[in-house]
Amino acid sequence: MNATLPMANRDVGRASSPAAATLPAATKRTRHSAMVRVTHWLTTLAFLALLVSGGEIVLSHPRFYWGETGNVNMRPWLNLHLPSSRATVPTGYGYVLPDQNGWSRYLHFQAAWLAVATGLLYVLWGVFHGHFRRNVFPAPSDLSVKELGASMLKHLRFERPSKEEAWSYNVLQRISYLVVIFVLFPLMIWTGLAMSLGFTSAFPLAVRLLGGQQTARSLHFLATILLVLFLVVHVVMVFVAGFRSRMRAMITGRADSPTE
Amino acid sequence: MSEISRRKLITTGIAVATGASGLAVGAKLAQRYGLIPPDSGGLYGAGETLTYAAQRLLTRHSMARVFSHSEISKDPFANAVDPPLDDKFNRLQAVGFADWRLTVDGMAARPATFSLAEIKSFPTNTQITLISCEEGWSYVAEWTGAPLSYILDRVGTSPQVRYVVYRSIQPDWWESIDMADALHPQTLIAHRMNGAELPVPFGGPLRLRVPRQLGYKNVKYITRLTLTDSLKPFGKGLGSSAPEGGYAWYAGI
Repeated sequence: MNATLPMANRDVGRASSPAAATLPAATKRTRHSAMVRVTHWLTTLAFLALLVSGGEIVLSHPRFYWGETGNVNMRPWLNLHLPSSRATVPTGYGYVLPDQNGWSRYLHFQAAWLAVATGLLYVLWGVFHGHFRRNVFPAPSDLSVKELGASMLKHLRFERPSKEEAWSYNVLQRISYLVVIFVLFPLMIWTGLAMSLGFTSAFPLAVRLLGGQQTARSLHFLATILLVLFLVVHVVMVFVAGFRSRMRAMITGRADSPTE
Repeated sequence: MSEISRRKLITTGIAVATGASGLAVGAKLAQRYGLIPPDSGGLYGAGETLTYAAQRLLTRHSMARVFSHSEISKDPFANAVDPPLDDKFNRLQAVGFADWRLTVDGMAARPATFSLAEIKSFPTNTQITLISCEEGWSYVAEWTGAPLSYILDRVGTSPQVRYVVYRSIQPDWWESIDMADALHPQTLIAHRMNGAELPVPFGGPLRLRVPRQLGYKNVKYITRLTLTDSLKPFGKGLGSSAPEGGYAWYAGI
């Protein structure tokens, strides 16, 4: 179970001694740097705005298609069977929801700019500052079947992590963060832009490579589901690990010292 | 005050001053090069301006994707218009739109009113392009019509003209586009679809087709084009009926 302990030491980063416990100043270390904290909450804000406005936009046509085109005269691969904000969509419900697409679309693209700017700042800083190398990429030794299995078991038992573990991401955390940062977020941006008639006039390959505008829309929706799944697990794990200490660490940067 | 904090203060001061003057210069340049949309004010103005400016820098001359004949949708969707067409339209339709007129006015050197027959006699451009609604649905069709740039040439435009305002026989629908879209070779006053007369549900007799923007900019039943250097005098000054109803003026995304 102490597989994460060496990580914790590596994670100290700027502290020169590997044994954090021997440092009297240990309590003053920050768990999350200011850059991580600021970009985390900006991303949270942008993501929630994108989620609410995106869900709203889906309600104007809660059906999904593959390929280039799709409309109510065509068979969707996925029909959400939700009420719609458009009378032209056959939903089976006897009512039409109010149209909220105007502000939803405005908000969606404004929040997308915030998410992209924040993401770029975080990734560039993370690369040049060694954040990914030090704190996010898993150690090769942690990627063995045994270690991964052990970590999975701990998660499935909702085991509360030890104090040392509060100073580092565990291996499953690292893998899921990497997937979110380097796979799902880029996929959201790509599939989002691939739906834009203006953008694809300049970069037609963005949509051709995906197989069409409706495929891009479907993938945008599927990636959203994965991101919401991540959000749910992420928040549950914050509660399992200790809501107060984890929130304090992400807001003020301070965390309990492992010696306390 | 310690050395370090003084140095920090000076650096921060210089950075803030540079940033502020940079923003001011940027705003001036953006205004000059037409990168500020008419609905740039308000809560979502920042995002809207970024989107419009970024797309204009990237797409000024880019062409909307064109499709092959085999990709033309067998089941296009017309999307019923709201409110329904009125008696005035029905009377025009009863005689095959022989009395349909397209008026071009505003900052035109030679304002003119064209009959439908005249519009149909103009040189045509045919394109197979995607029409995509802000709601998420779409279809591909072959559109034929007079390039808007040809009509603008005919009435005589000038470098001072910055927008073309276009109106439908339905007074609730009016839109405008900048000159990058108005002079774009794929922007048409369309009167044919898939090799036949443009059907009424799809906007016949005349529909403005601007394939780099969403469906709601592709206004049906066009009756009037107005060349202008400013959108301020039109409606609430937000550029079109879309922002007055809460929608973005620019619909390239």
